Amino acid sequence: MSVFVLLIIVSVLVAGGFLLAFLWSVKSGQMDDDYTPSIRILFEEEVKTKTKQ
Amino acid sequence: MQVESFQYDNKTVRNFAIATIIWGVVGMTVGLWVALQLVFPTTLNLQPFFSFGRLRPLHTNAVIFAFVGNGIFMGVYYSLQRLLKARMYSDLLSKIHFWGWQLIIVAAAITLPLGITSSKEYAELEWPIDIAITIIWVVFGWNMFATILKRRERHLYVAIWFYIATFVTVAVLHLVNSFELPVTLFKSYSWYAGVQDALVQWWYGHNAVAFFLTTPYLGLMYYFMPKAANRPVFSYKLSIIHFWALIFLYIWAGPHHLLYTALPNWAQSLGVVFSFMLIFPSWGGMINGLLTLRGAWDRVREDVILKFMVVAVTAYGMSTFEGPMLSLKNINAVAHFTDWIIAHVHVGGLGWNGMLTFGILYWLIPKMYKTELYSKKLANMHFWLATLGILFYAIPMYWAAWQQASMWKQFTPTGQLKYQFLETVTYMRPFYAMRSLGGVLYLSGAILAMVNIFKTIGKGTLVANEDAEAPALEATFEKHKGEHWHRWIERKPTPMLVMSLIVILIGGAVEMIPTFLVKSNVPTISSVKPYTPLELQGRDIYVREGCYTCHSQMVRPFRSETERYGEYSKAGEFVYDHPFQWGSKRTGPDLAREGTGNNKKSNTWHFNHLDEPSAISTGSVMPAYSFLIDHELDTATTPAKIRAMQTLGVPYAAGYDQLANKELMQQAKKIAANLKQDGIEVGANKEIIAVIAYLQRLGTDINKK
Repeated sequence: MSVFVLLIIVSVLVAGGFLLAFLWSVKSGQMDDDYTPSIRILFEEEVKTKTKQ
Repeated sequence: MQVESFQYDNKTVRNFAIATIIWGVVGMTVGLWVALQLVFPTTLNLQPFFSFGRLRPLHTNAVIFAFVGNGIFMGVYYSLQRLLKARMYSDLLSKIHFWGWQLIIVAAAITLPLGITSSKEYAELEWPIDIAITIIWVVFGWNMFATILKRRERHLYVAIWFYIATFVTVAVLHLVNSFELPVTLFKSYSWYAGVQDALVQWWYGHNAVAFFLTTPYLGLMYYFMPKAANRPVFSYKLSIIHFWALIFLYIWAGPHHLLYTALPNWAQSLGVVFSFMLIFPSWGGMINGLLTLRGAWDRVREDVILKFMVVAVTAYGMSTFEGPMLSLKNINAVAHFTDWIIAHVHVGGLGWNGMLTFGILYWLIPKMYKTELYSKKLANMHFWLATLGILFYAIPMYWAAWQQASMWKQFTPTGQLKYQFLETVTYMRPFYAMRSLGGVLYLSGAILAMVNIFKTIGKGTLVANEDAEAPALEATFEKHKGEHWHRWIERKPTPMLVMSLIVILIGGAVEMIPTFLVKSNVPTISSVKPYTPLELQGRDIYVREGCYTCHSQMVRPFRSETERYGEYSKAGEFVYDHPFQWGSKRTGPDLAREGTGNNKKSNTWHFNHLDEPSAISTGSVMPAYSFLIDHELDTATTPAKIRAMQTLGVPYAAGYDQLANKELMQQAKKIAANLKQDGIEVGANKEIIAVIAYLQRLGTDINKK
């Protein structure tokens, strides 16, 4: 059942990658604000000046 | 701070939207067709190209990768640009992505009815298409990450995190599971064998559900639901917790597809534990979605888009409750191989993916075309047709599957199995008809949607490039003169991480897999021998015809199964099976012991049964395979196949590839002569002979002295 080795290595790598991404996101302040991003996406001012296609 | 002007690319979004709706209708039509094939097997199985075994993979691939796949790209291309306040990185990459993906779909639609298949579920496409998928997926990732790099919004909204996880994990899954050795242009053998192949396949299979049907759609939910309701998500904090918990748990759940099989027990238990834990993040997400509408439920009554989304999220909640339950060993013992699983996946597919896709389409198209939806009334009709369709589909299947499972397991007081397998098949048929009705309802809804969307497109004009303004991203760092080259990438941790991960994985996979997998396929049961050349050819026909879509080859260690089928299956019996053929569904009986014990049948029986199943087994829903009697077996491939098997570690003697066809003919002539005794005249060079040889071999090795 050596395929276990492969799958575990791959899965741990993926999970480890996600862990690093998680640590980075916390450290870089991605998650400091857990409210305004949810509001911000609702605002999308339409630019009405130009109408070039 | 300077405000920059730029434009969003709506054209690519529009293209993906149209592809979504068209492929959706196509995929669902094929689904309805295969459903009806189980009701009218003799009229609707048009052999050889449109028989159930070849069409069912076409249905699953079409709805997963064509309908949902295009739906993902539609939603990602729309939301990503707006969330990042940036146009997609490259119009050319967007174009290659779009057309490349459509070509892959067309290739699938051609090759699958031709019987060109790897037989690994939801990964049936053969190796040249696998390579194309890899390339197009990389194009998608490149385009996405490059856009993230040039974003004007520092914070990555939670939806983007879901998209990133989707890209990374699907790439890894596809690479690992598609590891195969090409034999000809359209035929390859899985590098893994037997139990190992099964584990890799279901690690892939489950994560395809997780990272193709779930995470990207959760990302879409977190963007489009707040937009459609015009209110923020209930808890942004919960969405973040939901994301990280979900992706850390999902990757370990695959073995729950292999409970009570020959897979080592500890791996089964690991799968169960993680599958059960998944209920928490899944329901966190569902609750977060539904509570987004807190205080706005009155609008759900009015707004058809919100109706679609509410049903979608509710269906997500139901299937993610059911999933962990089905992963429990005692429930799985009953439900596995039955039509319960079919109901389960359709609640997820029709409910979660389908309803969310339609909700997004109805919101997106009028917005991009600067117009109103052509008809709210039609959309409302669609909503009710779809919702009722799901109910009409799922309820008969749930009901019938309980009965089906208990009929399989029931004993008489004297200890005999109470029902023949065939009795369970005839019992199911009215229910198959009822769920087809559900399919008709759902499909008619989708057709209404297509009309509605095209009419909307007709009355508006596409804003192909939408003007937008946003301040440039303020730099949080100072660039030094003469800094090290890698400082650039150090400032971009996410893409760096992803890129390095992919590099590591490709390198590692190429290096490790061939060496240790081949070595580990040493037989643990000495009487288990490689297939004869004729059996190998017959097995490839079995794969080509998609027999695995209805027949399992895995006797689980229950008395109800060992009584019906014979000795339970052992891991050591499958070491030469490239690919494994355990299957996942028993529309027909298990075939693991077809060549031995109570199940042993004569060559003549097999011949007549393949020729016309219902003539031998009254009420059988199996398609006829009479064309196998006319088709000549292609023996030109035999030497190449033997050599490929040798490469994979199957111990044929050196130089056997040159003798193989001679032995093949000897064995074939024997079977033909045997058939002749019963008055059946058939050439030894016909495909049916090879299939009979394979079926007669199944499960016999462990009884050899």
